[in-house]
Amino acid sequence: MTKPPVKMAPVNAATAISREAAVQRRARFAEELRQSKTVRRLVTPEGAAIQLRLASVAERAGAFMIDLAIQWAIVIATLMGLGYMGSALSPGSANIAFAFWLVFFFFLRNFYYIFFEIGQRGATPGKRILGLRVAARDGGRLTANSVLARNFIREIEIGLPFQFVLMGADQFGAWMALFGLLWSGVFLLFPVFNKDKMRVGDLLAGTWVIKAPKAKLMEDIASSTARPETASRFAFSAAQTEVYGIHELHVLEDVLRQSTAEIKARVAGRIRTKISWSRTDGEADVAFLEAYYAALRKRLEQRMLLGDRKSDKFDVR
Amino acid sequence: MSDLLKSYRFREERQSDWAKLDQILTRAEGGGVKSLTDDQMLALPRLYRQAVSSLSVARSISLDQNVINYLESLCTRAYFFVYGARTTIGERMMLFLRKDWPAAVSGSVWNTLIAAFFFFGGWALAFFLCLQDMDWFWTFHGQNFMDARNPDATAEYLRGTIYTLEGGTGEGELSAFASFLFNNNAQIALLAFALGFAFGIPTAWLLVYNGVMIGSLYAVFWDKGLGYEFTGWLMIHGVTEISAIVLAGAAGFVIGGAVAFPGAHSRIASARLAGQRAATIAMGCVLMLIIAALLEGFGRQLINSDVVRYAIAGATLVFWLVYFYAPRKELPV
Repeated sequence: MTKPPVKMAPVNAATAISREAAVQRRARFAEELRQSKTVRRLVTPEGAAIQLRLASVAERAGAFMIDLAIQWAIVIATLMGLGYMGSALSPGSANIAFAFWLVFFFFLRNFYYIFFEIGQRGATPGKRILGLRVAARDGGRLTANSVLARNFIREIEIGLPFQFVLMGADQFGAWMALFGLLWSGVFLLFPVFNKDKMRVGDLLAGTWVIKAPKAKLMEDIASSTARPETASRFAFSAAQTEVYGIHELHVLEDVLRQSTAEIKARVAGRIRTKISWSRTDGEADVAFLEAYYAALRKRLEQRMLLGDRKSDKFDVR
Repeated sequence: MSDLLKSYRFREERQSDWAKLDQILTRAEGGGVKSLTDDQMLALPRLYRQAVSSLSVARSISLDQNVINYLESLCTRAYFFVYGARTTIGERMMLFLRKDWPAAVSGSVWNTLIAAFFFFGGWALAFFLCLQDMDWFWTFHGQNFMDARNPDATAEYLRGTIYTLEGGTGEGELSAFASFLFNNNAQIALLAFALGFAFGIPTAWLLVYNGVMIGSLYAVFWDKGLGYEFTGWLMIHGVTEISAIVLAGAAGFVIGGAVAFPGAHSRIASARLAGQRAATIAMGCVLMLIIAALLEGFGRQLINSDVVRYAIAGATLVFWLVYFYAPRKELPV
């Protein structure tokens, strides 16, 4: 995964790497290195390795905000419903209704997260929306006790700093409140300062939060070359498929899957120049790119099978 | 074209099985295990193993990012489903009540004793200080005029707060008050647990503080010759509630002890092992507080006889002691 960050060009190469390209490449390796730090390997009992990616602090905070918004929406909606009902009821039964609401509020406050995380998906609605889930750190099953532990701790992580802010100056004096805020802020900011992005609750429960997005299987771009008429039309030479490496292949895949027709046309133009491909009449940009993608991937996969990963176009051996 | 890509052919041969697994998982995640048919249940292990081996092959032969990302996500989902918890919520709750909770409590006897020491120590301290000099009451409670139960109140007024007078406060208000109290106590119990990992120091302080609050109030009633009646009023639910607070403190000390004295484990591993036991106790405390709130909201307002109140208090005490500490048969897991 990690590569030596700098790989200088051959000194007397005719196509010396420009300074800008070198900077970009170094930045890309640094980014890859950073990403690889959030990957954790899980070896299943079958002996296969699955790569788990830890959720970032920003995603965790986002999921929490969504959950908080949902909880508040429920609180406000039920209170409004209660107020509407209360005007129709006698004072006595209105009070009983309010008592039931308080009990409901208590369960909503303390068991919202537990209820959802104990379930099959191990995620609250907020986490589901952002494609996250809770998992046991040792790769085993997520027990109910772990879910209880990680969520009861939430009370001090979020509640305590909040209380110190509310307390302000009137009860203990400003210095005391400030000290309390700093002390409790340690819990709030705990996930930022450890490499596994754990809350204190995660630490005690033996859990962490990972990315579990639902990916879609899209059509293989190379499948278009299975048609005989495209195959005969685009015959690339060996030299033409030696120009790029795996990084460029992946960029090309992203361009073909996601970008606009205008960008595709520009990319096609640059590739044609680079591999000195003369455009024939009625040659569509997308067809050219798909055919070149298939040819390049075939060449790179062949090399990979022989243990030779050409990481990008500067990787010349 | 005869020489298609190897990775393309590899994918063509297997993608229908991947889609089948995907479909089963989507269904299971939506509706649980029960929504799967027998055929799907039987197919699942085979499809899962195939997807996992497809992933490791795809990593070494394919450069199609989409396929690898898809398999990575599919295998992760399948792994968590296949090796995830299979029990239903109901089964887990029964296991919790029959085994986990009493086992966690009876396994933490020393922590419970320490928590009880802090709580009752605070109680005794406040009680005797207040009996000697009632000014201490104001020190503990501050100038809080909301609660009229203070040393300046008359014995008649205090007696009135212990018994529900006919035509007095309505039951609706009382039940609302009860659930408010319950909210408050449950948060304190959870806080006592959660603060435990700071070596148990905030937990100890919280226990002493709560003990002082009740002890000083106790002294007010004792001073006016209402000790016997007040004990009945307090203990009908107090046995359960105070036990819950003490156990919550014990849960805090379980974590605090594990962090302070990790023994052979690393501090983090030790905290993790203790954290799960402590969380079980804390969950139980919430249940106990629910029972206490019921006793407080209904039992105390409806029962005005001291003897019956003492009888209920004694019965709950025996019940909790037997439930937590009586030896029991090993349950099959």
